Amino acid sequence: MIPFILCFILFLIGIYGIITQKNLIKIIIGLAIMEYSVNLFLILIGYINGGTAPIITHYTSANASFVDPLPQALILTAIVIGLATTALLLALAIRLYRKYGTFDIRKINSLKG
Amino acid sequence: MKGMTVIVKKVTQFMAPVIFIFGIYVVLNGHLSPGGGFAGGVIMASAFILQILANGEILDKLRKEESGLEFLESTAILGFLVVAALGLLLSGSFVFFSNFLKQGVIGELLSAGIIPLENIIVGTEVCAAIATIFIALVVFKDEVTK
Amino acid sequence: MNAMIPLFVIVPLAAAFFMAILGRFIKNFSKILLNLELLFLSYLALHFILNTQGILAYRVGGFENAGDIPIAIYLVLDGLSRLILLVISLIGLLAAFYSTSYTRQFTQERKYYILFSLMIAGMNGLVISGDIFNIFVFLEIAAIASYALVAFGIEKQQLEASFKYQVLGGMASLIILLGIGFLYWQTGTLNIADFSRLPVSGPFVKLLAIFFLVGFGLKAAIFPFHSWLPDAHSSAPSPISAMLSGVLIKAIGIYAIFRIFFSMFALSYEIAMVITVLGTLSMIVGGLMAIGQWDIKRMLAFSSISQMGYVIVGIGIGMILLATGGSKVIAGFSIFGGLFHLVNHSVFKGLLFLNAGAVEYATGTRDMRQLGGLAEKMPLTASTSLTASLAISGVPPFNGFFSKLIIIVAAVSAHFYWLAFIAVVVSIITISYFMKMQKYVFFNTPQTDYKNFRAIPLPMNLSMIILALLCLLLSLLVLPQIRDIFITPAVDALINSLQYTAVVIG
Repeated sequence: MIPFILCFILFLIGIYGIITQKNLIKIIIGLAIMEYSVNLFLILIGYINGGTAPIITHYTSANASFVDPLPQALILTAIVIGLATTALLLALAIRLYRKYGTFDIRKINSLKG
Repeated sequence: MKGMTVIVKKVTQFMAPVIFIFGIYVVLNGHLSPGGGFAGGVIMASAFILQILANGEILDKLRKEESGLEFLESTAILGFLVVAALGLLLSGSFVFFSNFLKQGVIGELLSAGIIPLENIIVGTEVCAAIATIFIALVVFKDEVTK
Repeated sequence: MNAMIPLFVIVPLAAAFFMAILGRFIKNFSKILLNLELLFLSYLALHFILNTQGILAYRVGGFENAGDIPIAIYLVLDGLSRLILLVISLIGLLAAFYSTSYTRQFTQERKYYILFSLMIAGMNGLVISGDIFNIFVFLEIAAIASYALVAFGIEKQQLEASFKYQVLGGMASLIILLGIGFLYWQTGTLNIADFSRLPVSGPFVKLLAIFFLVGFGLKAAIFPFHSWLPDAHSSAPSPISAMLSGVLIKAIGIYAIFRIFFSMFALSYEIAMVITVLGTLSMIVGGLMAIGQWDIKRMLAFSSISQMGYVIVGIGIGMILLATGGSKVIAGFSIFGGLFHLVNHSVFKGLLFLNAGAVEYATGTRDMRQLGGLAEKMPLTASTSLTASLAISGVPPFNGFFSKLIIIVAAVSAHFYWLAFIAVVVSIITISYFMKMQKYVFFNTPQTDYKNFRAIPLPMNLSMIILALLCLLLSLLVLPQIRDIFITPAVDALINSLQYTAVVIG
C-alpha cells in the first residue's frame, strides 16, 4: 500500500509545483512530475512479486508468473503522449522567452480576465 | 553551439555506432524480449543526440537534415498505417490491424507476423521524431540566445 | 458494412501524413486533400446515419472474445456517435473550406492543414472508440493538435493562451489517466461495455466519477474549470476557433462525459445533479462574463461556455429523470433538446467565429470599440452574422429558438421551475450581448475610415452563407420525420444505455 500512497504524494507535489511556481520551466517540471507519478502508479498496478517479462520464449517454464502486460502498454502510450506534450511546452516556453525576455509568468500577461 | 574537447569527440565517435547498433538490436528483438520499437528508437536517437552534443559546431549544417528527418518520420508513420490497413484487404474479413503474415515458431527472429515489421517502422519513426525534436529545440535555443 | 468503421480514423490520419510528405512538393496539395478528406468523411457519416440502424461494433485485430470477456479493441458506432461524427465532418468541412483563403497569411500553411487533419482524426477516433483508454489516446491526439493550432500565429497572445491551455489540458489528461489506472486496478477491465455490467459500487465508483468529471470537465470547460477557454478560443486562428468552440469541446468534453456517465456507470442521482448544477452555473457565469467583453472573439468564447451550459442542462435533466425513475418521455424530450442545441450551437457558433475572422481579415482588428458601420462595407458578413446572432439568442424561426424552447419546456414539465426561469433569463442576457456586438461592429457610425480594408474572398463568403442557411434549415429538425432520422437514434442510444453492453459484448 505504501508505494501507492507515495505515488499519490508525488502527484500532489506535481500539482503543488504547477500552482505555486512562477517560472515557466518549473511549471513544465511540475507537469512532468505529475506524469511520472501516474506512470509509476500504473506500473505498480501490474506488478507481481517474482513475475517476469510477459513474453513467451524458449526459457519460459510452464508455471512462470508474468507481470500484467496491459498497464505496461498503457504506460508506453502515456510516455509517448507525455513526450509530445513536454516537447511542445518547451518549444512554447522558448518562444515566450524570445518575445518577453523572461520566464516569469507574472511578466507574461498580455491576456487579461 | 560550441563543441566539446577533442577527448569527448573521439570517445563519442567510438561510442555512437555501438549505441546505434544496440538500438537496432532492441528494435529487431522487440517481439522476443523487453524493448521494441519505441525503446529501440529512443536508443538510436540518443546516438545522434550524443554526436550533436559533442560536435556542437556542426549545428548549422543540421538545419537541412531537419526537413529530411521530418520526411523520414512522416513516411515511416504512413508505412505503419499502410501495414495496418493492408490487413483490411488481405485478411479476407476486413480486419484492421490483422496479422496477415505467417506467425512462425515462437522464439525465432522471423516470427510473430507483422509485429517485427511494425517494430522496425516504429523504431525508424521514433528515432527520426526524437532527433527532429532535439535538433529543433537546439536550433531554436541557438537563435534565441544570439 | 462494419468494415468501414475504421475508415473514420484511417482516412484523416493517412491524409495528414500524405500532406506531410507530398505537401512540400505540390502547391495547394494540403488544402485540396483536407477538403476532399472532410467531404468523404461527411459522406461516410451521412451514409451511416441514413443506411444503418442500431449499434455497430467492430473488433480491431479480429480477436474473438474469450468466453464473454472482450479482448480486442472495440470501435462502436451508435446513434450518438453517428450524430457527433456528422457534426465534426460537416463543420470541419466548412471551416477547412474557409481556411483555404484565410491561411494565406501564414508562412507554414502545410503544417496548419496537417494539424487540422490530425485534430479531426483524434475527435473521430474518440467518438467511435469503445474503451476508456482509447478515448484517452484519441483525446490527446486531438488536444495536442489543438494546442499547436492555438499557438499557430506565434504572437505574444497566442503563445500565452496556448501555454495556459496546455498546462490545464495536461493536468486534465493526467487526472483522466489516474482515473483509468484506478479503474483497471479495481476491475481489471478498460472496456466500457465490460465495465458497465460489473457489480461495482461504493466509494470507488464515486472516486472514479470525480476523476472523470474533473478531467473531462476541464476539457469541456464546464464552469469551475473554464478559465482557459476564453484565452485559447479567442487567440486561435478564426477557423480553428470555430472548430474548437463548435466541435472540439463537444467531442472531447461533452460527448466523453455523457458516454461515460450513461454507458459506463450506472446512472446515479448525485452525479446527474452535480452535472446539472455545474451546467446551470456555467450557463449563468458564461453569460454574465460575456456582457463586459470588447473583443469580439473573447465575447464569443464566453458565450460558448454559456451555451454549452444549455446542452449540459438539457441532457442533465434527462439524466436526473432516468436515474430517479421519472417519465421516460420527458427525459427523452429533454435529452433531445440538449442534443439539438449541441448541433445548433456548433453551427451558429462556428458561423459567428468565421464572421469574427472575416471582420478581422478585412479590418485588422477585433476590438468592438474601433469598429462600426461595417454593414455597408461587408453586407454579406453583416447579414450572416445577424442571422447567427438571432439564432443563438433564440429568436424564431431560427434553430436556436426551438432547441432552447424544448429545453425550457422539458425543465418545466420535469418540475424544475427555477432551472426554466434561469434558462429564460440567460437567453435574455444572450440577446443583450449579441445586440451589443451587432450595434458596435456593424451598425454604429464608423470609428475609423478603414484604410487597410480588404475584400473577403469567395471561399470565406461561401462557407458563411452555407452555415447561415443551415441556421435556418436546422429548425426543420423539430419535425418528427426529420428528427427520427438524425437525432432520435442518438436520444435512444442515451436512454437505452443498457443496450450498449448487450450489443457490444453480444
